[in-house]
Parts: sequence; C-alpha cells; structure tokens
Amino acid sequence: MARKVENAKKYSPKLGKKELELLTRLSNALAVSGDEQEVREIVYEELKEFKDCMHTDAMGNVLVNREGTGNDRVRVMLAAHMDEVGMMLTKEDGDGLFEFVVVGGVDPRQLVGKPVIIGRKHIPGVIGAKAIHLTTKEERERELKVETLRIDVGLNGSNLVEIGDRATFATSLAVLGPSLRGKALDDRLGVFNLIQLLKNAPENIDLLATFTVQEELGLRGAKVAAYHFDPDIGIAMDSTPANDLPDFDGEENTRHNTKLDGGPAIYLMDGATIGDRRLVKWLTESAESEKIPWQYRQPGRGGTDAGAIHTARAGVPSVSVSVPQRYLHSAAGMVRIDDVLNTLKLMHAALLRLDKNILNPQERK
Amino acid sequence: MMVNKNNDLLNILEMLVETPGPSGSEHLIRTKIEEEIRDYVDEVYTDALGNLIARKGKKAEGGKRVMVSAHVDEIGLMVTHVDENGFARFIAIGGVSPLTCVGGRILFINGTPGVIGMERLEKDEQPSLAKLFIDTGATSKEDSRIGVGDVAGFERPFMNLGKRLVAKSMDDRAAVAVAIEALKTLKETVNEVYFVFSVQEEVGLRGAITAAYGVDPDVGIAVDVTRTGDTPKGVKMDVSLGKGPAIKVRDSSFIADPRVVRWMVEEAKAQGLPYQMEVLEAGGTDGAAIQRTRAGVPAGCLSIPCRYIHSPSEMVDFDDLQQCVSLLTGMLTKEIEL
Repeated sequence: MARKVENAKKYSPKLGKKELELLTRLSNALAVSGDEQEVREIVYEELKEFKDCMHTDAMGNVLVNREGTGNDRVRVMLAAHMDEVGMMLTKEDGDGLFEFVVVGGVDPRQLVGKPVIIGRKHIPGVIGAKAIHLTTKEERERELKVETLRIDVGLNGSNLVEIGDRATFATSLAVLGPSLRGKALDDRLGVFNLIQLLKNAPENIDLLATFTVQEELGLRGAKVAAYHFDPDIGIAMDSTPANDLPDFDGEENTRHNTKLDGGPAIYLMDGATIGDRRLVKWLTESAESEKIPWQYRQPGRGGTDAGAIHTARAGVPSVSVSVPQRYLHSAAGMVRIDDVLNTLKLMHAALLRLDKNILNPQERK
Repeated sequence: MMVNKNNDLLNILEMLVETPGPSGSEHLIRTKIEEEIRDYVDEVYTDALGNLIARKGKKAEGGKRVMVSAHVDEIGLMVTHVDENGFARFIAIGGVSPLTCVGGRILFINGTPGVIGMERLEKDEQPSLAKLFIDTGATSKEDSRIGVGDVAGFERPFMNLGKRLVAKSMDDRAAVAVAIEALKTLKETVNEVYFVFSVQEEVGLRGAITAAYGVDPDVGIAVDVTRTGDTPKGVKMDVSLGKGPAIKVRDSSFIADPRVVRWMVEEAKAQGLPYQMEVLEAGGTDGAAIQRTRAGVPAGCLSIPCRYIHSPSEMVDFDDLQQCVSLLTGMLTKEIEL
C-alpha cells in the first residue's frame, strides 16, 4: 500500500526560535469555541503564501486547498481544531463580579483560584473563592459548583468586558527542559503542526488543510468542512490525555490512554470513530520504516474531528493522530517537545508515501 | 418438533451468525454476503465505510428507488491493554452488558479464542467492564497472540430449537438473512431496490448515514430486530415471538413515516400475514439515519421480534422470519404509493 520513497524530500522538523514563537502565540491566544478569531488571524498571517487557495467558511473554519502535482493524487483532509475549552460570561453581579458558564469539557474542580483572561483584549480576572481563613472543614470538603463561582475582573474591569465574552486560563507557554507547559495545547499543537505540514507539504497529494471551529462542542466545524471538501481520506490531528503516572498501589497501570515520550498516538477506536484499519496500518508502517516512535492510543471514549469527517456525505475513511498530553482541559497541560516533533515527522513521512492504493477494499481487514 | 421447510433461509442464517463481524471489522461477514448475493443482483459494490450495497432492478415508470438496510455488524470487544501476565483488558464495541460477559467465550478476528474472567467484587458491587478481563491462555505479554486494538466477537454455536432459533448476533443477522432471501425472491419490479448491508450500526448507525447519502433513495426501510414483552416479568411491550413481523411505529431514534407504516400494514393484510405494531421505548435503527439524510427521506422499519437482544443467546421465531421475507418481497415488488 505504501509507495517507495527513495529520492523524496526528507523533512526534519525542529522547534527553533521562530517555531517556538509561533507555538507560544497559538497557545496563549484566547479562542474558546464559537469565538476562534484570534487563532484564525494567526493562521492567516502564517499562511500568507496560500492566500489564493485559502478561505473562511460560513462557520468560521479556515480551509486551505493545497493542490499537489502529478496524477492520481489522494485528496487528504487534515483537520486541527482552533477552539479551546473555556468559559463565557453570562451575568453581571456588580462590583466587578461576573457569573459564567463553562464552554466544552471543563472539570469544575479545575476552576477555583485560577487567573483568567477575558475577551479579545485579554482583560485579566480571577475565579475567586472564600479564603481558607474563613472556611469551615465542611466547606473545604465540598466541591464548589460553577453556579457558585464568579469571575472577578476588579472594579474598572466591568467596563472592559461584556456578557457573552469568552474567558480562558491566563497561562503563558513555558519551556521546561524537554517539555512544554501551556494552556490550549489541545489543539494548538495540531494547528501548529498543520501549519508546518502545509509549508512542507509533499507534492504527491492534495492537502486539504482544515483549521476547524467548535470541535469541543461536538465536532461541529469539521462536519461542514468535510461536506465542503468531500475528501478521499480524513485525518484529525489532535491531542489526547496521557494518564501515565504510576498507579498508587504499585499495580500495572492498564489505563494510561497514552504515555509521554511514547511518540504520536494512533487511534483504533474512540467514542466517535472506529479508525479505518488501512489508515492505521499505513501510519504504523510509516512510523516503523522511518524509525519514528509511535504508540496506540488505548481504545476508549472521547472523540475527534474524525468523528464528523468519516460520516460526511457518502463516507470518508478516517483516523486520528494525537500528541500525548498530561492534564488536558486544565489551566496547564504538559507535553514533550519530542512527541510534538515526532507527530509532525510521522505525518509528513506518511503523506509522502501515500497513493491511491490506500483505498484498496481488499486491504480493509 | 416442527420441520423447518425453508432450508435456504435457515442455512444462510446459520452461516451468517457463525461468522464474526463486530462493528468496524465487517470484512469477513461482508465477503460471505457478497458471495451469497452476487449472482442475484445487477450491481454490487462496497462504499468508503465498508457498506455492501447491491442494486436490483432499474427505476421504471411509476417505480421508486428504495433503500433496504440490514446491518451486518454485531456487538463485540476491543483490547485496550495486555498485562505482563498475558491478561487482556477491553472495552465494548456497541452495547455490551457486563452481565452477559462473565464466563463468556469469545473469538478474535485473528482466530484466537478466549474466555472472560472477573476480578473479585466487593460485597454488593455490580460487575462492570473495568472489572473484567480476557484470558487467551497466554502466560505473558510476550506470548499473547493478541494486542491492543484486536477485536473479538462473542462465540456461541447456532442452536435450532425447531420453531425457535438461538444464536449470538441474531441482531442483526436475522434481518440480513431476511434481506438476502427477499433479494433472491424478488423478480420483476418497477422499483430500483438498493439492498444495503450496513456497517457500524451498533456504534451509532454510522454506515447507514453514509450509505443513505450515497444511494439517495426515495424511500427507506430498515430491517432490524426488536424487543419483545413476552418473557416472565419482562418489560411491558406488545410484541411477542411468533406473532408475525413487527411494524415499527416509533423508537427513541425516530418516528417511522406513517405512510411507510401504512404501506407495510396494507401489504401484510393483502397477503393475509399476521403482523404486530411495534412501539419501542428505547433503541434505534438504520431507519433514523435514512430518514435524515440529505433533504429527508420517508423511512420505516420492519422488525423481527427477538428475545435476549445483545446477549450471546438471542432468540427469534422461524415463522416470523419467513413472514418477514414474504412481507418485504411483496412490498418491494409493487408500485409504491405513499
């Protein structure tokens, strides 16, 4: 199924100053589902050279149709979502305090005490709670519900934010040796990698790059984008939890989902998609032949844009590849730089060897 | 014991239920079905998701393009981890109850057999899938013949009780057998009939969603099993085994188009077949996916009464099956007026 890649252009991705700067801007940007403008602007700025084949659709997805050369090109849709989970202001209580709801899957236990930024201007605020001095033992044991929490923007802040504004954690990307710590790495790593792939796209394919919106609310952007492109195959590039810390009782951890340093995580099945076996095989074989570390994401729940892509129109064989990440959907996730770069490397190597034989029905086992 | 006269139907059913095909791993069952129907259809192909689609007839004056959908996939298991002692952990593919797993036997698509064991439970603890594991007889991770991502179906032989038939995956192979028989029986028709043997129904009607888009039918019929209310202290439901085809009015996934319901009722009456009206509280079928494709399609569902659904011993009635074949064939033969 894989064509020979002898003289093909090798690609060795790195995280230099320029790349780190881009990744920092992406991670620090505020783009909670439904208001992805800030990331959209970065994507446009980075992809100026593609302006003739790039557009924003009705829902706000950024679609880039990068055509390759030669015959029998596979039309590959790669999707990375621009949106992140977060919060939305719903009601002003006066005194700089705002009620809010969470947007997407946020664990309410992650909220208390966190600094946040609000709206396009990144107005600072904090999700406060009663100081420990004044709490009773019972209060400290009780989980604080979102309805009881407020975002406090200070007195002057009230004039700078509005009901409906989105908010996210005020975390700045940091390099911690071989690791990165930041917010919204789900899925700005995917956005970053997709930008790099476009700039280094192999010629043998049509790369239908899709920067999607509203993934965190139910794969909504990818659904219409896949309808538009009607691709031959679809791949979601996302981030998935690494629950790889040792079990407290010393037993073997059988539910790690993925492990840091394990390389790109290839999906077999999640709650939204059963990965096409031909694509799974193509990815694992590409990784093996290029000696790129890889891992299966343990079959489980959850979903990626592949869930929307594979059921578009008359169907699209699809799969997902994710960067493993600790502490997803919190104020600060942690990833390994090598996992990010190896994901990019795998995607590039795999795309380079892609031809129409991938769709051979006999290989579907 | 009653003698089963319709041997073709019975033989096909036995072949179908004994072929493993959990959602997403339908290649074995698809190949068998394709071999079975190839000589009886005008065109057959497999679509992007793996649906097997067979066309019979060409739309003539007064005819309609009809999509008949029976899903070929069954519930099953997928391995998530193999531990150092060779025990495998798994998750469900589709609606698998831990109660029906314990002590069960399974067969992997790669041919490896296994049994399901359970951790010790605390007092009053209910079994959950997280407490179960697969034992394939391996003694270590290294000598295990299965790994993460390997897929297994439940293993249980077909049992012919005379009037009643028992097997795993009667859901929905009983309907696949009915569709195949109808396909073979159907001769002259003004309609263009697409028999869709759909995939991934058990994980959310996914195959039917894309097949319906591709076929773009004028009217759709799912053929699937439905629950019964005829077992001791079971759910209250007016469907019984052996009382004829069930004509779906609604389930929790869709409301059958009343015109399609009427079409089924009138055909049953015309043939003098017994039938039962089905109102199912929970459950869904490919009919829902067909109904909402593109700009919408009138759709319904012909149901086969079935006991113990999603257990390894699903039971259907042979008379019901034969009457379903007759009803479906009759419906597809004539001009359809909705």
